[in-house]
Amino acid sequence: MSFNSFSEFMAMGGHGLYVWLSYGLGLAVILINVILPRLQRNRLLAEQKRRLRREEGVR
Amino acid sequence: MTMQTNSEDLQRQSLSGLFWATCRREYLLSFRRKSDLVNPLIFFLMVATLFPLGVSPEPGFLAQLAPGVVWVAALLSTLLSMDALFRSDYEDGSLEQLLLSPQPLFLVVLAKVLAHWSVTGLALTVMAPLLGLMLFLPAEGMPGLMLSLLLGTPTLSLVGAIGAALTVGLRKGGVLISLLVLPLYIPVLIFGSSAVQAAVTGLPLGGYLALLGALLALALGLAPLAISAALRISMSS
Amino acid sequence: MAEKKWMPRWFYQLASPRWCYQITGKLLPGFAVAALLLLAGGSIWALMFAPADYQQGNSFRIIYLHVPSAILAQSAYMLMAVAGAIGLIWKMKVADMVLKSAAPIGASMAVLALATGAIWGKPTWGSWWVWDARLTSMLILFFLYLGVMALNSAIENESTAAQASAVLSLVGVVNIPIIKYSVEWWNTLHQPATFKLTEKPAMPAEMWVPLLVMVIGFYCLFAVSLMMRLRNEIIWRERRTGWVRELLIKQ
Repeated sequence: MSFNSFSEFMAMGGHGLYVWLSYGLGLAVILINVILPRLQRNRLLAEQKRRLRREEGVR
Repeated sequence: MTMQTNSEDLQRQSLSGLFWATCRREYLLSFRRKSDLVNPLIFFLMVATLFPLGVSPEPGFLAQLAPGVVWVAALLSTLLSMDALFRSDYEDGSLEQLLLSPQPLFLVVLAKVLAHWSVTGLALTVMAPLLGLMLFLPAEGMPGLMLSLLLGTPTLSLVGAIGAALTVGLRKGGVLISLLVLPLYIPVLIFGSSAVQAAVTGLPLGGYLALLGALLALALGLAPLAISAALRISMSS
Repeated sequence: MAEKKWMPRWFYQLASPRWCYQITGKLLPGFAVAALLLLAGGSIWALMFAPADYQQGNSFRIIYLHVPSAILAQSAYMLMAVAGAIGLIWKMKVADMVLKSAAPIGASMAVLALATGAIWGKPTWGSWWVWDARLTSMLILFFLYLGVMALNSAIENESTAAQASAVLSLVGVVNIPIIKYSVEWWNTLHQPATFKLTEKPAMPAEMWVPLLVMVIGFYCLFAVSLMMRLRNEIIWRERRTGWVRELLIKQ
């Protein structure tokens, strides 16, 4: 453990803003890379199912 | 035996014939559309005019900026002219015929690009001292400026032609070309403007010009391959 | 026909979108768990247990995001170019899809590398942006990604778009070493040797082990994201086929 207390951990020896900003951004980029394809998949599947139902219905 | 050498000879002749025929056709076409010839040059001049207006008319300051400004202006005006390289051929259908013809596409493409360069890049090179004067580039820098442009602009044309070939079938190709090609122009810009700076400060130019020459050699060898592949892909849809 | 023997069987199976969809479906959970564990463990290790740098203090901890994302941004471009070459040579549809799927992930990694580099630059150099050779090359790499993505979205025909982006990414790959060299050279010309972000005299193990964990974690994340995008792309392009229809009905 490099830190003695939680407030020290948050402060990061005066560099807290930079470190936490970076890790926040990192988390955001990681989440975007997982969530966007997931949303896209849901949308795609719903769309294609609708199309399928429409086409089957016509037949 | 004699037959074979004859046919080889004939083939070689026809290859160089093909090259020159393509060049001649390009010249004829470009001299018929004079605006396409002149517009990049006017643009070149205008961009250089904007800098003193936008930054400062102070001679010492401008002289410092001059190598970079002239090079960036040359780069942008080359880029501007690239869009027209294959467009008219695409629109009147001659590009499709070119792809269907049995002639080696590599050579035709190379001839087209070099002809195009000689009416844009070469013209820019000849005009560059005027811009150098406007921006107070010291007289010692002029040879460096012209030599670096002479070696650098063909590379710009060859690389730009890849972008033009990739976007030839698209309606909004113009802006897209710049997006695709500008990052690839960076090495030429760096070595070109450094050559001018070296010339201004009286340092030897050889190394920079050799690097620009190496880039040109690489582009001459590889770019026509990429251009022909890109043209085939663009025309396939 | 004899040529076919030269390539392992899985190479040809990869060419089948259906097979590819199934195998990625099996691999995905494993990679997802690995990515989660490695990234969570690596971050905690990096933030709480790794020692602070004697010069840069705790701002050094940004390295655990900066370096993996920078490495990944470069690898993703290489992957794109390799996929593009395979797509052009063997006319493999899946390779085209890999190229298209890898571009946005690589671009996001380049953004992360640039942003963390800039943030790290503030306490280290005193300004948010410095024309450091590595940061500048990364910026240009980001532009190259944007070009590939723009070209891909500008061409409507899918196979034409894929082939055109393949050519562009191959041209980019030839250029990347030249760009890197020229930028490095330009940098030394204009700036005296600055304090480099990532050049350290022999990092101790308690510093580089978490870094390695993070790098592997990022690779796993890349694999997860790539497979997710690839599966979407496969469904989209194969939407008219029987097996996708069955798949949709089953759900």
